[in-house]
Amino acid sequence: MSAMATDSSTNLVQVDHLKVHFPILSGIFQRESGRVRAVDDISFEIHKGETFGLVGESGCGKSTTGRAVIRLRNPTDGRVLFDGTDLMSLSRNDLRKTRRRMQIIFQDPYSSLNPRMTVGSIISEPLETHNLVSGKARLERVRELLALVGLNPLYTNRYPHEFSGGQRQRIGVARALAVEPEFIVCDEPISALDVSIQAQVLNLLVDLREKFGLTYLFIAHDLSVVRHISDRVGVMYLGKLVEVGPPDAIYETPGHPYTRALLSAVPIPDPKAERRRKRVILTGDVPSPANPPDGCRFHTRCWLYERLGRPEQCRTQDPELRVVATDHRAACHFAEEALQSDVGVAVAGEGGMRRGTPDSATVGLAAEHAATTAAATAAAAAPADGASTTTTGNGGDAGG
Amino acid sequence: MTVSDDRGGVGSPTVTELPNAVTIATEEGRLLAERLADSGRHARRLLEVRNLSTQFVTDQGVVHAVDDVSFELDYGETLGLVGESGCGKSVTALSLTRLVATPPGRIVSGEIIFDGIDILKLSEEEMRLLRGRKIGFIFQDPMTSLNPTLPIGFQIAESARLHLGLSRKAADDRTAELLAKVGIPRARERMGDYPHQFSGGMRQRVMIAIALACDPMLLLADEPTTALDVTIQAQILDLIRSLSAEFGTAVILITHDLGIAAGMCNRINVMYAGRIVETGMVDDIFEQPKMPYAWGLLDSLPRLDEERGARLRTIEGLPPDLVNPGPECRFSPRCKYVHDRCRVEEPELSAREGEGHLARCFGTEPGGWIK
Repeated sequence: MSAMATDSSTNLVQVDHLKVHFPILSGIFQRESGRVRAVDDISFEIHKGETFGLVGESGCGKSTTGRAVIRLRNPTDGRVLFDGTDLMSLSRNDLRKTRRRMQIIFQDPYSSLNPRMTVGSIISEPLETHNLVSGKARLERVRELLALVGLNPLYTNRYPHEFSGGQRQRIGVARALAVEPEFIVCDEPISALDVSIQAQVLNLLVDLREKFGLTYLFIAHDLSVVRHISDRVGVMYLGKLVEVGPPDAIYETPGHPYTRALLSAVPIPDPKAERRRKRVILTGDVPSPANPPDGCRFHTRCWLYERLGRPEQCRTQDPELRVVATDHRAACHFAEEALQSDVGVAVAGEGGMRRGTPDSATVGLAAEHAATTAAATAAAAAPADGASTTTTGNGGDAGG
Repeated sequence: MTVSDDRGGVGSPTVTELPNAVTIATEEGRLLAERLADSGRHARRLLEVRNLSTQFVTDQGVVHAVDDVSFELDYGETLGLVGESGCGKSVTALSLTRLVATPPGRIVSGEIIFDGIDILKLSEEEMRLLRGRKIGFIFQDPMTSLNPTLPIGFQIAESARLHLGLSRKAADDRTAELLAKVGIPRARERMGDYPHQFSGGMRQRVMIAIALACDPMLLLADEPTTALDVTIQAQILDLIRSLSAEFGTAVILITHDLGIAAGMCNRINVMYAGRIVETGMVDDIFEQPKMPYAWGLLDSLPRLDEERGARLRTIEGLPPDLVNPGPECRFSPRCKYVHDRCRVEEPELSAREGEGHLARCFGTEPGGWIK
């Protein structure tokens, strides 16, 4: 499942000192009066077969990073190596060929599908662009893809508005999978969906990853979701990568005060755990990326900086991302102090809180299931019952 | 009972002129006018909602958005309305203040007793005495709920001047005090600023200041932090928590986030397809949920405090269409534990272990098939 080795030969994506700046134009001559440093000198790598989670608040540059990684956005500086090739060095033609190997799933299942195209043409468009399958085989392929993402394969002639949000997101996934990519950027793929539907789509993404050995860059603001799906996690703040490591390190012994503050802000669906937690509530808002603070960008909101008596270093020196433990890097001058702290961390299993389904209910259900299957096989097939089971099995069917 | 044109059926009500020129036309209105300045308790509970149904007329038919919902709220208590989009939680809140857009929406039946006053009997004009004065609101999107063309100081002072009859000077003082209270630095200077000069979190603070301007007895917070980042969300929730404790304001918190509900609420109503399907004290709902939908929701959340990598247990399928709901349990098409009875008959809310713990499920009733 997760890539164990870390030598560069197993890196599918390597990001070196990536910068993406947007000019701020003003006046009638549209002169550049400043720059939004959306992504400011970040480096990380994604191993083959791994899911790399990128978390941070809005405006931290995580989506811009995701787009720059597949060159939907040209970097201002730095480079992105995909399977060893610098994406910036590729000609238009070569870039298109490489793009077949990388795809993206967008956040908003409403605006990312063309309302005037049928589901069939939406999913077959990438096949057409890359001259992959044609004629009758193409329709076959589209049906296969629909079935793969848990939709009815006969829905090829329907339009996006006939589907619910979760189903549309499945269509987006099918479109991304059409060209058999190795790498998929998932940009907030479930944040527009309802809780029960989020879990369905998340399970789908995990299944597809196992089935096709996909590599994901999973971008989200929801820390619990990122923890669930990722093999490694990067935390961004104001255009910088402030911490990278395996989920156990990031979520249990974070070495950056921002990560700890972020964790402590996540509500846990357990009233007892909520009452027990130690929180730090960050004051103020995220500063503007057009005018980031000097030194460490987080120092204006940092609780550790306050606790340590406002050391000068934090105001003057931008901390480098440095190794604080095995496979675990953090960009804080005082990462050792942050590691020692107990702020923000939610401890697993404390108090023995049961989540969701009572165990007895699961046991009862299994027993009953066994009994009914036995009864059903004995009595052959009851047609009415059979019909209702197939409709629910499809991950929800279109209404209307 | 039909409510739409029922004015209480009172013979000759006393007509009273109020500072903001509201004509009192009903008996309930007279009661309300008397009690406006009085923040004491006039009933056993702050709010009693009985058999409330709100419907919307659409091209597809009549949508039963809120269907026979009853619940109570104590003075100073925080109640969570939890559920997914379309479950009726927001329409419930809008109905409580009679803000349902009519047409297409309509409160078709029920009673809403607020501090002893049946607000469905109030005239539209009298209703305005209540809104903003006794009931404050915070909505999801602070950008669209503030007026972009007016300074925020004006928007806060407006409600204090209208409802409390404060002079301009006194209202300004109160505004500055409120802004400081909700954590806006240099409050005096910022009163002249416009909404676009504030960030999302700051705008939500302004909304809270407006909501609390007249020291209401009830604060309705409809997804107050959904549009905000987690660290800002934590700030706003903390603010709501501390201010409601300080002023003794009861809160109805509408959220789809079970984590927020767990941390903020004393009691929880879980809603599904226009119905309350489970209600109880927060610990009971999270520790021993008695309705498969409630525990299914808990199951589908990845959590920070559990083992990684376990597959999420999902609820298959989609919520039902609320046009012409059938006689069955509305969750039955998605329920793993469904029995034949659930497909023909809908269970009532019935008592479970724990204070005020009710659930709508045949399977978890005493003697039911779900242990």
